[in-house]
Amino acid sequence: MRTSKVAIAEGAVAPAEGWGTLANFGWLFWLALAWIGLIVLAAALADVLPLPSPTDMDMLERRAPPSAAHWLGTDRLGRDMLARLIHGARISLTVAILAPLIGLLVGGALGILAGYFRGPVETVVVGGVDVLLAFPPLVLALAITAYLGQTVAHLTYIIGILSIPAFTRVARAATLSLASREFILAARAMGATEARILLRELLPNVILPLMAFFLLAIAVTIVVEGALSFLGLGVPPPAPSWGGMIGEGRESLEAAPRIAFLPALFMFVTVLSFNVVGDTLRVLTDPRQAAL
Amino acid sequence: MTAAAPEAAPARPLLAIEGVSVTLATPRGPLTAVDDVSLELAAGRTLGIVGESGSGKTMLSRAVAQLLPRRAKLSGSVRFADQTLTALDPEALRRLRGRALAFVFQDPMTSLNPVLSIGSQIIETLREHLGLDRAAAARRAVELLGEVGIPSPEQRLAQYPHQFSGGMRQRVAIAIALSCEPKLLIADEPTTALDVTVQAQILDLLAREQRRRGMAMILITHDLGVVAGRTDEVAVMYAGSVVERAPTARLFKAMRMPYTQGLIAAIPKLDAPPHTPLKAISGLPPDPIRRRPGCAFAPRCPLVSARCRESRPPLEMRDGHQFACWHPLPANAAVAP
Amino acid sequence: MMEPANAGQTRTPGSSGAPLLRVEDLVVDYALAGKVVHAVSGVSLALERGETLGLVGESGCGKSTLARAILQLTTARSGRVVFDGVDLTGLGGAALRALRRRLQIIFQDPIASLNPRRRVADLMAEPLRIAGVADAAERARRIVEVLQAVGLDPELVLGRFAHEFSGGQCQRICIARALILEPELIVCDEPVSALDVSIRAQILNLLEAMKARYGLTLLFIAHDLAVVKAVSDRVAVMYLGKLCEVAPTERLFREPRHPYTALLLQAIPQPDPEAPILERVAVGEPPSPLAPPSGCRFRTRCPRVQPRCAEAEPDLKELAPKQFVACHFPLSAAAEQPAEAPPR
Repeated sequence: MRTSKVAIAEGAVAPAEGWGTLANFGWLFWLALAWIGLIVLAAALADVLPLPSPTDMDMLERRAPPSAAHWLGTDRLGRDMLARLIHGARISLTVAILAPLIGLLVGGALGILAGYFRGPVETVVVGGVDVLLAFPPLVLALAITAYLGQTVAHLTYIIGILSIPAFTRVARAATLSLASREFILAARAMGATEARILLRELLPNVILPLMAFFLLAIAVTIVVEGALSFLGLGVPPPAPSWGGMIGEGRESLEAAPRIAFLPALFMFVTVLSFNVVGDTLRVLTDPRQAAL
Repeated sequence: MTAAAPEAAPARPLLAIEGVSVTLATPRGPLTAVDDVSLELAAGRTLGIVGESGSGKTMLSRAVAQLLPRRAKLSGSVRFADQTLTALDPEALRRLRGRALAFVFQDPMTSLNPVLSIGSQIIETLREHLGLDRAAAARRAVELLGEVGIPSPEQRLAQYPHQFSGGMRQRVAIAIALSCEPKLLIADEPTTALDVTVQAQILDLLAREQRRRGMAMILITHDLGVVAGRTDEVAVMYAGSVVERAPTARLFKAMRMPYTQGLIAAIPKLDAPPHTPLKAISGLPPDPIRRRPGCAFAPRCPLVSARCRESRPPLEMRDGHQFACWHPLPANAAVAP
Repeated sequence: MMEPANAGQTRTPGSSGAPLLRVEDLVVDYALAGKVVHAVSGVSLALERGETLGLVGESGCGKSTLARAILQLTTARSGRVVFDGVDLTGLGGAALRALRRRLQIIFQDPIASLNPRRRVADLMAEPLRIAGVADAAERARRIVEVLQAVGLDPELVLGRFAHEFSGGQCQRICIARALILEPELIVCDEPVSALDVSIRAQILNLLEAMKARYGLTLLFIAHDLAVVKAVSDRVAVMYLGKLCEVAPTERLFREPRHPYTALLLQAIPQPDPEAPILERVAVGEPPSPLAPPSGCRFRTRCPRVQPRCAEAEPDLKELAPKQFVACHFPLSAAAEQPAEAPPR
């Protein structure tokens, strides 16, 4: 069987198409990734950075413009804006990453099981998830915070649980399209157990669209948390959060609009960055799935 | 450079493709789908274009009708019925397509609109190109469906594509293509997606209609058996170029290109005993992006020499038989067993 | 640890007496939008060790469903599949999985048969891992050996992903993967239909070579009669879920007795410009498996149809040594073309 060996030795095998050259990602993608890296790093190192405390009130410097002592000025209670923004980033990002993580793990697992096993499993999962969708989110948030108390942890759980249906849908759709492909049949024909097929064959393929969706979910969660905090249902004061800061900045819109504007800007740029990264990854993973 | 028609027709050829090349931009570099192809077709004759995947036959047919994807670049010229298609404006092209120049595609499920009844799809074409009123168009549509062999055409006019079987859908696609009495019909793998018993019926239908209407036809396929009895000439494509072209009988009986010989030899024959080893062509088709110097078939050719790897052989014409090879098979050689 | 029991031995047909695979009256149907598709309606077959049985039919005849049902990848409604004396239809769980390494399958779409996210080395090692070959060096040795057997250079192939290869190369990888556990039976479900003509011949030659080297029994499914003829010892023709004719290859092609077989033979386009294009004697298209005709399912297209054909289904009868035909009015023995239809 010299024939194919000769052909392959001559390089007839196509080189790895892969993800294309780095340039294909676009400058916006790299900019977005850089911002995410920066903000995550800053949030993680918030305690270590040489910043004033975010809760120290300096009544003499209320609504102060940017200066050497306060790089982005102070808010209406004299607290340093930059410090509050970075500590707020920490809280916003923690919620924004952990809440969709709940959705990813629980919703993803349910969706894969529903899409793979079909039948009664699918009916129960889809039905259950639809029930969850029927809950009006704000009412649920109000009820839980009223009953259990308003903490960052509870906020994370609420948003996390509410994100489960979306992840279930994405996981189920991806599983449905993959489970009928021949490589799954081939695995079964080899004698693989169902658990093995799910973990080793299906999961590595379904994880791609799920991850892309996860990044988009982070973006949405930042806004959701921001909205809840703005309404006073989210992160309890004095802990800073971007949404809360926007809410507080309402009163100072005439005197010092920057107090509301800066957290809004940070939120906007961060959400946009996650959207760009998530979307780029989604576009890259989808055609690969389609082509294969 | 225009190649002369094999049997020189007294009138100008209906279709003249001159030096057409199609390149596509891809992340890995420019992909040459069609490489400097020149062909001619006289009115009323059938040309078969045979090639495997990657040979460029589909891109060539799209180039003729100017239906290339947006990122494709076309060079060269296409002349059809005394008009230069490559120079026409989109409106004039649109009037030409569907009327004088018709297309039948491979997959009838996707070439018909699934949400419109087939009646409305035929009628739309008739009204658009021939300007018939609704009643006249409907009558003509029923006639056409009958001509292509669809039983109970009046009832079926209101049905949707999914209510037809594959073969029936292809008949409908053919009816639409023929509705405006085209001068040229390009059929791109019209039977590849169909069963073998249905395939024979569809090919018979195309041949019959072509004779009846005196239409020219280009039949594109990967199956040499399909062109054997049903075409006047056959052009064999490999790696984007035409490598051999001859009247059909001569191509099968006295081919000059080792590739053509290999292709015919690789087909399992019905009259060979079981377990006869097949004469396969070794190796793989070339990468259309990284093109090497020399003949594209050199890595796989049993007659290859150093010269083949260095320079591409030019397309020559001898007695109405075109081929491009440094070591062509001797003239009048029979197919090697 | 798996014993490479039958490496290199060529088995002669019928050497062990009982057939390797017996399919008994298998019925497979499934629900589609509330209706029932009768994919396989009572098919019985036997495969002797070492032979290649070709299974031919057009789309919708149920041959792929039959292939999957034999491998227990689809559940049959009734009937049995007996492999080397063991009834597969009754087995479940671990017992079935243990038996699976002796029966393998190759699919039509070679690229879709390989997990796009795993490298070839991983794909090839998977069957070995499932079979319990724990030693990595042993796995590597067997992978290299089988890849070389199918004509691939392990160094160039192992580190890559499926989408980096052409259809023909992927099919070689699939064949290698099917061979690595040294099975006894391989079901080939249209293995060359999706490949180019020049590659098709390579893969068919490869299958024949592997069959000899590993002593395999093959069930070769295709819609192309010429391809089936090239590799089969016996051929079974299937139409709309039922078998029409089963005969040794040469006999089937020289003397088809079922009108559908004759129709198929006639319809094949031959690469010979002087072959006469015969006038078609049957019209229409295969009916839908949702509502198969009563009696003989081919009767709606058969030129020899009689009233009796609508009333009773014909059984497979042995009309000549080893030639089984299911027809009330089969073609007469000496005819190559369909004979005159009997007078009404």
